[in-house]
Amino acid sequence: MSPATLLMEATYLVASVFFILGLKAMSHPDSARRGMFYAEAGMAAAIIGTLIGQHIVTWVWIVAGLLLGSAIGAWMGLTVPMTAMPQRTALSHAFGAMAAALVGIAEFGVHGAEMTAFTRGALGFEVMLGALTTTGSLIAAGKLQGVIRGTPVQFPGQQLLNLLIALGMVGCFVTFWLNPALIVAFYTMVGLALAFGVMLVIPIGSADMPVVMSLLNSYAGLAATATGFVLGNNVLIIAGTLDGFSGFILSVLMCKAMNRSMANVLFGGFGATVAEASSNAGGTMREIPLDDAAVQLAYASRVVFVPGYGLATAQAQHAVRELAELLESRGVGVKYAIHPVAGRMPGHMNVLLAEANVSYSALYEMEQINPEFPSTDVVVVIGANDVVNPDARDNPKSLIAGMPILEVDLAKSVIVLKRGQGRGFSGLENPLFFKEGTRMLYGDAKSTLTNLVQAVQHL
Amino acid sequence: MNPAVLIASVYVFVLAAFLGYQVISRVPPLLHTPLMSATNAISGISLIGSLVMAGAHFPLVAHLLGFAAVTTATINVVGGFLITDRMLKMFKKREPAAKSAGAVKP
Repeated sequence: MSPATLLMEATYLVASVFFILGLKAMSHPDSARRGMFYAEAGMAAAIIGTLIGQHIVTWVWIVAGLLLGSAIGAWMGLTVPMTAMPQRTALSHAFGAMAAALVGIAEFGVHGAEMTAFTRGALGFEVMLGALTTTGSLIAAGKLQGVIRGTPVQFPGQQLLNLLIALGMVGCFVTFWLNPALIVAFYTMVGLALAFGVMLVIPIGSADMPVVMSLLNSYAGLAATATGFVLGNNVLIIAGTLDGFSGFILSVLMCKAMNRSMANVLFGGFGATVAEASSNAGGTMREIPLDDAAVQLAYASRVVFVPGYGLATAQAQHAVRELAELLESRGVGVKYAIHPVAGRMPGHMNVLLAEANVSYSALYEMEQINPEFPSTDVVVVIGANDVVNPDARDNPKSLIAGMPILEVDLAKSVIVLKRGQGRGFSGLENPLFFKEGTRMLYGDAKSTLTNLVQAVQHL
Repeated sequence: MNPAVLIASVYVFVLAAFLGYQVISRVPPLLHTPLMSATNAISGISLIGSLVMAGAHFPLVAHLLGFAAVTTATINVVGGFLITDRMLKMFKKREPAAKSAGAVKP
């Protein structure tokens, strides 16, 4: 082994250790940022090690790619607003998967003939996962950005078509694995995988995006792992597996938080049909005048804010922090209750509130805050719906029966900020809105909160 | 790939999976979004495979595919780390008690 190769291998080992240290530091917000510096250093070392240790003969494409990628990456990294984080993340799953797929295709073109059966199998996985994750993530990003309709797209015979595409894809994989001379089979597999990615995500509704995002995260990571097996490169295997497992764990957590199975999320088409199995919700929703709401909040002793996706769409995170600080200065105890699937990706609400300068010690998870609702005077629900729907607990026939919820209906009173009288993404009625102690405040969440701030100030 | 290397790779994979499970399950839900963006940036390590495709002694097609892969992987590495840092910078602990105590003091 030449000294250059040894140096390269050493940088890979360093990178692997630093990646693990970086992720370990993520266990606490105070250490997380320092941990990422380790990961960045590891990445830089691995890149420099590769450029020294591999037999690079042409620099033009490398330099061009690094410059172009850095420019686009820096621009995205510095300008993307926090509210657009789900789309940005979906897009980066697409980029990561695309890189793996492209390397796999090039590898097949160059070394395809002399590969061992194992390497060819790994290559098949790399390209298949890479291709389907690329298109799937692009569709997810389109849905989150609103370029593509967010509601599930379903048509008769869809399951059958998906099954045929999947079978064809796997069939091509096996064919080219058995007979590497059949190049057509390889490229047909790529095409079918691209189509399968699209078909996989279009029937899934926006409200289920946290699961889809996590799953695509996992696939992108596993594609990188497969690349590692093809190239016989351990740092790729380690980094890809960490990414793959992280995504997998998150998707399991998200499914648990909705009490649904992975299969139900992926193939259930949740939210496509308006549930006619109506709940026991009935009666009238009672509106509350803004000034009355202000009085109720100002003279409460404990207030809990429950943010949902509506907070993100209205960009109301700064307004809610302003109101919370005003209430605190009057001696009101303020907390925020975060449901695991609130928003469009894991941890979405936490990031938005952190952006608005809310201390993370004021953010409470579901298990922590649920016992406190009975002693809470006012709960303010901001653009959340299904995660506070008591039907999930009380009505076994409900579509979301068994989903753990924030039990805000146990609080002394609830104020719901809502754009209009419509239903949530799942199309379910929410009995919370009809309850005796619930009052509705209609309108854009941001302007409503700003008006509440002024009303409280004038008390 | 010869069998000894293959077996070693499988060991690495399985151990990384266990380690990943241990490390990731300790990350609080508070940081799940930065976690996703960090692991994304880290898996941009596939850049090193792309670099070889773009620059080693291969036909032009491989260079072009490699160039595209280097670009997308670099977007993830640079963009991913920048955005993770931007997010993590925002997670602050504030001591409201200390602030009000200061105000009360004569």
